[in-house]
Amino acid sequence: MDWTPYLAGLGIGILSWFTFLLSARPLGCSTAYARTSGMIERAIRGDSVLEKPYYRKFVPQIDWEWMLVLGIVIGAFITAIVRGEFALIWVPSTFEGAFGSSSLLRLAVALVGGVLMGLGARWAGGCTSGHGISGTLQLAIASWIAVVTFFVSGIIVAFLLYGVIAPW
Amino acid sequence: MVEGADSPLHRLRQNQSLQRLLGLVMGVAFGVFLQLGGVTSYDVIIGQLLLYDFTVVKVMLSAVAVGMVGVYLLVHLGLASLTIKPGSIGTTVLGGIIFGCGFAVLGYCPGTVAGAVGSGALDALFGGTTGILIGAGIFAELYPRLDASVLQRGKIPDMTIPELVGVRPRAVIVPMIILIIAILYGIEYLGL
Repeated sequence: MDWTPYLAGLGIGILSWFTFLLSARPLGCSTAYARTSGMIERAIRGDSVLEKPYYRKFVPQIDWEWMLVLGIVIGAFITAIVRGEFALIWVPSTFEGAFGSSSLLRLAVALVGGVLMGLGARWAGGCTSGHGISGTLQLAIASWIAVVTFFVSGIIVAFLLYGVIAPW
Repeated sequence: MVEGADSPLHRLRQNQSLQRLLGLVMGVAFGVFLQLGGVTSYDVIIGQLLLYDFTVVKVMLSAVAVGMVGVYLLVHLGLASLTIKPGSIGTTVLGGIIFGCGFAVLGYCPGTVAGAVGSGALDALFGGTTGILIGAGIFAELYPRLDASVLQRGKIPDMTIPELVGVRPRAVIVPMIILIIAILYGIEYLGL
């Protein structure tokens, strides 16, 4: 039996104690993207962007959660190097097995998926971390509904992609 | 007492630059655990959605069980407060369906995509994060119109399961932990 997923879960669970204790926040990732998007838009279109109702709610600035997402990149990088798992890859092997080895196709699909993910995460008010771990561990009703919806929808679309579109 | 305005804990939580540093440190830990658990990999996430690899469920459910006990204990001791996200059918379910589509098409989520970038996944860097930024920007643009229409539909009670049922938290936490252990035991028993 492989204990590493449980070890990782144990670590994330204990980490959440510290986010609540020291930062009075739950683990979450998706608002960091909304803030970054606002920062980019502000750089292009100027300060009027800050007047948008959504950016008045989530001010485009670097906060705790933004640094958390940056930290994830660093932590995963260090771990991948130490464990010899770091590899520059364009096309994941499962994707390649079903849809071929075109980097351009994978890039386009990832981009479309990313747009849906960014839209859906902000629409739902949280992601797999904010709702899926932090919300459910607090036993929040909306978060349990959110995470079940994420997975039911994700499973249906994955089966369509790999069961219907890929063979065809 | 510990949550009082002059307590060291309160001052720590109010210190913005220290909080950014803490966010970075906690993020590094989060990234280590995500990579260690294997969930920064497209293959693992898509394997979960195709129901042949239950690594994502193992990581999430064990994190939820461990987190739940500690966070509720902190709340009980007066050292933390819950932060319950509000929701509605128009927000949570509709947004969740869109999220699920993105989850399956991208094969990462907003947290694991950052971890995937760290582990060298170029599709995560150039496709995933770029797409998520665009998607979040689209939502910010649509927000006033959506908020005036669909987001307010079908309000979900702004509370926790124990509050809804009207019992003490432990009356839900204990059965929930037993259920999670049973599910994980079942997954291992089936060799998933």
